[in-house]
Amino acid sequence: MELSREEVQHIATLCRIGMTDEELGRLRAQLSHILEQFEVLRQVDTEGVPPTGHLMLQESVLREDSPAPSAPQEGVLSNAPSREGELFRVKAVLEE
Amino acid sequence: MSELWELPLHEAAHLLGGRQLSAEELTRACLERIQQVESQVRAFVTQTQELASQQARRADQRLARGEATFLTGTPMQLKDNLCTQGIRTTCSSRMLEPFVPIYDATVTERLSQQGAVLLGKGNMDEFAMGSSTENSAFFPTHNPWALERVPGGSSGGPAAAVASGEAIYALGSDTGGSIRQPAALCGIVGLKPTYGLVSRYGLVAFASSLDQIGPMTRDVTDCALVLQAIAGHDPRDSTSIPRPVPDYRRALTGDIRGLRLGIPQEYYGQGIEEGVKESLTQAIKVLEGLGAVVEECSLPSTHYALACYYIIAPSECSANLARYDGVKYGFSFQDTLSMWEAMEKTRQHGFGPEVKRRILLGTYALSAGYYDAYYLKAQKVRTLIRQEFEEAFQRFDALVTPTSPTVAFRLGEKTEDPVQMYLSDICTIPANMAGIPAISIPCGTVEGLPVGMQLMAKPLGEETLLRLAYAYEQATPWHTQRPPL
Repeated sequence: MELSREEVQHIATLCRIGMTDEELGRLRAQLSHILEQFEVLRQVDTEGVPPTGHLMLQESVLREDSPAPSAPQEGVLSNAPSREGELFRVKAVLEE
Repeated sequence: MSELWELPLHEAAHLLGGRQLSAEELTRACLERIQQVESQVRAFVTQTQELASQQARRADQRLARGEATFLTGTPMQLKDNLCTQGIRTTCSSRMLEPFVPIYDATVTERLSQQGAVLLGKGNMDEFAMGSSTENSAFFPTHNPWALERVPGGSSGGPAAAVASGEAIYALGSDTGGSIRQPAALCGIVGLKPTYGLVSRYGLVAFASSLDQIGPMTRDVTDCALVLQAIAGHDPRDSTSIPRPVPDYRRALTGDIRGLRLGIPQEYYGQGIEEGVKESLTQAIKVLEGLGAVVEECSLPSTHYALACYYIIAPSECSANLARYDGVKYGFSFQDTLSMWEAMEKTRQHGFGPEVKRRILLGTYALSAGYYDAYYLKAQKVRTLIRQEFEEAFQRFDALVTPTSPTVAFRLGEKTEDPVQMYLSDICTIPANMAGIPAISIPCGTVEGLPVGMQLMAKPLGEETLLRLAYAYEQATPWHTQRPPL
């Protein structure tokens, strides 16, 4: 399964990972090679087989709807790469 | 055995309880051992000497008051993807290099409540992706049995620390074999519990339907003790099993007469080294000698497990690692004008090559137009893998296979081609796909390098695994052997 450069760039944009041209070329080759390994799954007859989404032994797990303290604000902010008072500082979200 | 740091956990606990040994002495011995060998082994990302000494003193007070449990005062290491409040937790990634959690993982809490002593955080493949610990963004860990070789991965740090005598025991995590394979390569015991037995709260998530935390120890008794401490329902993990935990020590009887063992032929094929096959052949003879009934069987879906895993795990990881955006914590690339660029550059520079490969693979497999052919198909194959195990466990109490296709390989030997590295996991991946418990125990050496035997059982079959493993261990010398470090 050969991936094109455009496809790899598209995927990289979807998962928001920046890439140099060199990295793009290298990843294109590596991902194509890895995807080849998956061709073996085409041989498997999965007609009528339900997918396994999870291994849960039980259904939806619920708890009482009773309020409890959240994480302390200072703690939550303590790892902030960029902070302004009680707020996480980010780049402009809306662009021209 | 002459050094305190060589003690298995159960012997240390016995001496501590009988006040023949203090937690301070034992901790000091481990800290000295770390001083002695760590520059060669490099099992630790972060060492917590002062904290360890404080915890040891408190443990001694508890022991003196008669308020101790079997883990009180015992020095251990936690893999660096387990949150430890106030202590850097990096997942061996630049992305989390500055990250200090504000809470303890449930397993951290459970060990801490018992008064276990934390020596530090264990080196790993970045975000638990890898089979050699060479994907650590910081430095590789070296196998104590042969320093130019890998300890396995992704729990290479914990495995090496336990094998080298730096820690009496450790906790690792296992998504596709990351406890069992390094345990095999380092000659120790590693258990991946049934999915849901041990709470994942506070484990930095890689693949949520596959990840499990488990013990890495010097022998099977130690494994049972540690499992006892960490297993059990946790309301903070909605995938945790709400059933009471048995007393795992009761499984250590030594009697395996009549237990039915299946030998799935797909695990003994071309990709397995001759020396490994030979060790397993001998080990199976020992099990027969102890009264187990052995029969060959076939699990055809084994051939598809690797491809299946390398679609499902990256897909789940692409979702779990989407949170690393440089906004609330972790590495953040600030020198840009726009939000998207900041995010893209953060992830470009924060993640290593293997992590990026897997996120891209997963994003592709889940994307529009490819979801059916890849992710959905893999989920169906996963059902087949699970069903095959279910059928097998109607005939057998456990299945016996090699843990790793090879003994420890050289640093740099498999880093050229990602697929070569992925093949290290062919024997371990199926257990994660099916959510069943699996243990690796030492079963010999090939040219001085340890070989591991894997036992797999049905869900919540840990007692069967421990019973078999213990009986085998007690009939063989491997658990007393130490690397010449």
